[in-house]
Amino acid sequence: MKVGIPSEISPNELRVAATPKTVKRLIKQGFEVFIQDGAGVKSNFSNTEFKEAGATIVDFAKDIYSNSDIVLKVQGPTNQEIDMMKEGLVLLSYLWPAQNPDLLQKLANQKVNAIAMDSIPRISRAQKMDVLSSMANIAGYRAVIEGSFYFGRFLNGQITAAGKVEPAKILVIGAGVAGLAAIGAANSLGAIVRAFDTRKEVAEQIESMGAKFLTVEIDEDGATSSGYSKEMSAAFIEAEMQLFLEQAADVDIVITTAQIPGKPAPKLWLDYHVAAMKPGSVVVDLAASTGGNCTQTKNGEICKTENGVTIIGKLDQLPTQASQLYGNNLCHLLDDMGKAEKFKIDMEDAIVSRAMVTYNGKINWPPAPLPVSPTAGGNVKKVTAPTAEEIKQSEEEKSKKAALSTLISLCVVGGLLLFVGAFAPSAFIQHFTVFVLAVFVGWQVISNVSHALHTPLMAVTNAISGIIVIGGLLQTKNNVSNIMTILAFIAILVASINIVGGFFVTHRMLKMFKK
Amino acid sequence: MHIIKEIQTAAYLFASILFILSLSGLSSQESAKRGVLYGIVGMIVAIIATVMGQGVEGHVYIMIAIAIASVVGIMVARKVEMTAMPQLVAILHSFVGLAAVLVGFGSYLDPKSHELTGAEHMIHLVEVFIGIFIGAITFTGSIIAWGKLDGKVPSKPWNFAGLQIMNLILLLICIALGVFFCDAEGTEGMLFLGIMTAIASFIGVVLVMAIGGGDMPVVVSMLNSYSGWAASAAGFMLRNDLLIVTGALVGSSGAILSMHMCHAMNRSFFSVIFASGGSGSSKGGEKKAIEGEVTSLNHDEVATLLKEAKSVVIVPGYGMAVAKAQYPIYELVQILRKQGKNVRFAIHPVAGRLPGHMNVLLAEANVPYDVVLEMDEINEDMPETDVVMVIGANDVVNPSAQDDPASSIYGMPVIEVWKAEKVIIMKRSMSAGYSGEDNPLFYKSNSEMLYGDAKDSVDKILNNLKK
Repeated sequence: MKVGIPSEISPNELRVAATPKTVKRLIKQGFEVFIQDGAGVKSNFSNTEFKEAGATIVDFAKDIYSNSDIVLKVQGPTNQEIDMMKEGLVLLSYLWPAQNPDLLQKLANQKVNAIAMDSIPRISRAQKMDVLSSMANIAGYRAVIEGSFYFGRFLNGQITAAGKVEPAKILVIGAGVAGLAAIGAANSLGAIVRAFDTRKEVAEQIESMGAKFLTVEIDEDGATSSGYSKEMSAAFIEAEMQLFLEQAADVDIVITTAQIPGKPAPKLWLDYHVAAMKPGSVVVDLAASTGGNCTQTKNGEICKTENGVTIIGKLDQLPTQASQLYGNNLCHLLDDMGKAEKFKIDMEDAIVSRAMVTYNGKINWPPAPLPVSPTAGGNVKKVTAPTAEEIKQSEEEKSKKAALSTLISLCVVGGLLLFVGAFAPSAFIQHFTVFVLAVFVGWQVISNVSHALHTPLMAVTNAISGIIVIGGLLQTKNNVSNIMTILAFIAILVASINIVGGFFVTHRMLKMFKK
Repeated sequence: MHIIKEIQTAAYLFASILFILSLSGLSSQESAKRGVLYGIVGMIVAIIATVMGQGVEGHVYIMIAIAIASVVGIMVARKVEMTAMPQLVAILHSFVGLAAVLVGFGSYLDPKSHELTGAEHMIHLVEVFIGIFIGAITFTGSIIAWGKLDGKVPSKPWNFAGLQIMNLILLLICIALGVFFCDAEGTEGMLFLGIMTAIASFIGVVLVMAIGGGDMPVVVSMLNSYSGWAASAAGFMLRNDLLIVTGALVGSSGAILSMHMCHAMNRSFFSVIFASGGSGSSKGGEKKAIEGEVTSLNHDEVATLLKEAKSVVIVPGYGMAVAKAQYPIYELVQILRKQGKNVRFAIHPVAGRLPGHMNVLLAEANVPYDVVLEMDEINEDMPETDVVMVIGANDVVNPSAQDDPASSIYGMPVIEVWKAEKVIIMKRSMSAGYSGEDNPLFYKSNSEMLYGDAKDSVDKILNNLKK
């Protein structure tokens, strides 16, 4: 099977759909690879590198479109490009099917089987093909780098001979993949990072990346079954805007990442927010291409407001890195579709059937909905999301049941204790109290032991259980011929071996643990 | 020179505190060494306070016994290989069990204990009886566990229908014996006590024999718990709070450790301990047929794969411990890391024969513990991993646990190595793992076998890489 990679014709597109490394992988999967002359130049891959990787260099795009079985592209094709495509060609590229019905029609007319890489469903199996996640990851990182470039200070705090430097404060709005990547990058550069998201359950992810989760005092969750957040109520938005206004005066860099699929980006950073910012502050708007989260964003431009705030509506794509990740995503998809030998378009497959937007001359869009967990790009797992009420109900039931069973067991335990107390002598009760308390202490102390230390722990508890030696000590008599002395002697002997051996071997083990 | 009782009690309290600190110290790497120190000091305080106390005779014999024991203990502990650690721990448990039995008999023979009357006398007898019962089970059970771990006793679960019923009948006989025992005058109950000890010893053997090798870590930790309860029972019969406290600490910590492990294996605590079925949660039904072919590589091909890889994960198992391959493996890891590759270890919670067994072995080979990750930490990175080397592990990487409800290990969390680009499985042969389950992983298209002794294989790969 032949895989072709044409040059990207849009002057703003620096990426390419294959790199020498992914070409090697494709060849390993059994494909023949053809790449257009100079396709990788803008992302720093030369023809020679592609040739060395095993690709054949083709001069004209026309030859690629008419001869290949599969074409890998980044941007969706133009009309001229579609005209060159042969019937039955499999196209893998960005298509944004919701926004481009005409493009789909045109592809269907040409009988091209087009897979929209931007429509790969967000299920766990498809994570390795999810180009949106891999590109968002880059965007998040780059947002911090570019933001700090236009920001006139260090990001980290320092105390130097020339004076103290305050750390920069960065606010990230929207904690999807891009937002989380931005948090990670900003955090590792030493800035103080805060993040806002309408979905409550991402708080943990935000905190795990090292940012502080900001929230408003209204109980409303923006999570939906599609993995994106929904639009919120007016009261919520008002509270959110108020929160942003407070933050605007305080933070140095704002990174906005909120996007809603198939719709213009929500306006979150309004004129008065920008006006409240300190001169020299920076707004990086990752949603610029869909209208921008900031009202003053100009797509593809970097501008400065009257009060000295830089607003970045254009990001470098990091084409070398981006091409590599994009190419890998494509390889994974082709791998999943059966590699070269068993290549098959399986319309029963959960991934292919949803991403294949045109098939055999027909438009296959929109696909059947597929509920996924909202942890987009993180560890996505398939869940059937119960409604909030159902969860609440089942939790209530559970806690009721738990309370009941606790009550019953407490009654039983209490009854038993009373029984013991009624018959047993006081000395026994005293010992018994000590015993029960010690059981609880042991339970608590051990419950948070680290997994790696289980063996040393066992060796130590073993050594400590040698305390039984005391029994022997108490029973030894001066008279050797007394059977008790003999028994006690043996008991002391074996218990002491246990104590000495146990502690010594634990010591030996622990000596080896080191960072 | 005797110390007075109040001072002794204070010393016991001090020792108890030290033991608690010792256990809590072991919950993190940084404080673990201090934990051991606390334990040692606590033990010394306890022994001195007891020996110096009132009514202790025969100091000479005590010193002789402790001196001999110290020499033996240190010799054994110095000599033992880290890979033989599970066996050592098991045999040491049996010592505690034996000591508990002896102390129990001693206490029964002690004329002082027969001066008690009424309920006190009764309770004392019950305590003696229970103490010896637990002690005997711990004693023989630990010996069998030691034998299984050391390969002297076959590790396959030894099970037959009616095993549970037999155990139950034996238990009932023991209770009956206990009733006779409590009725007996003076030391006439000795016969009943003797018979019960024999039966309890037999129960100990049967109980551990019935448990499969895969569950051995749980058994060892369970016996650890039993040895604690035995010490506690001895404390009751001797009216000694320190014994009670320490025994209870060990007993409950052993129990919770076992429960942690059962949880990691998706087994219920009771099904492991009472060996019901011996091998767990099998839901019955037809086993999935395994498709595909087993393909194998030679050492040079593996070396080439490693050279090309960017991200490598090593999954060690008991096979690595047996072959003592941890040293060459770490050398291999260092070479690969120097080349800028991301090389990490993935440890399954129940890999090896003891909890944390692999961590101990890797630590022995100086592997820094921040490249040693747990199953949950590594599983999500699997799809981005180029090469996974499974070294002597089997059940913990068995995909049947996820997709074959008929498998006995179905539902157990496993390391998802098959999601990686390439899986190399180093094994001595095609035989099944400790659980006795066949492993479809070997038949997957992205997995390759590398037959031979783990250490030998790693050495050969190393030679190739150094070239």
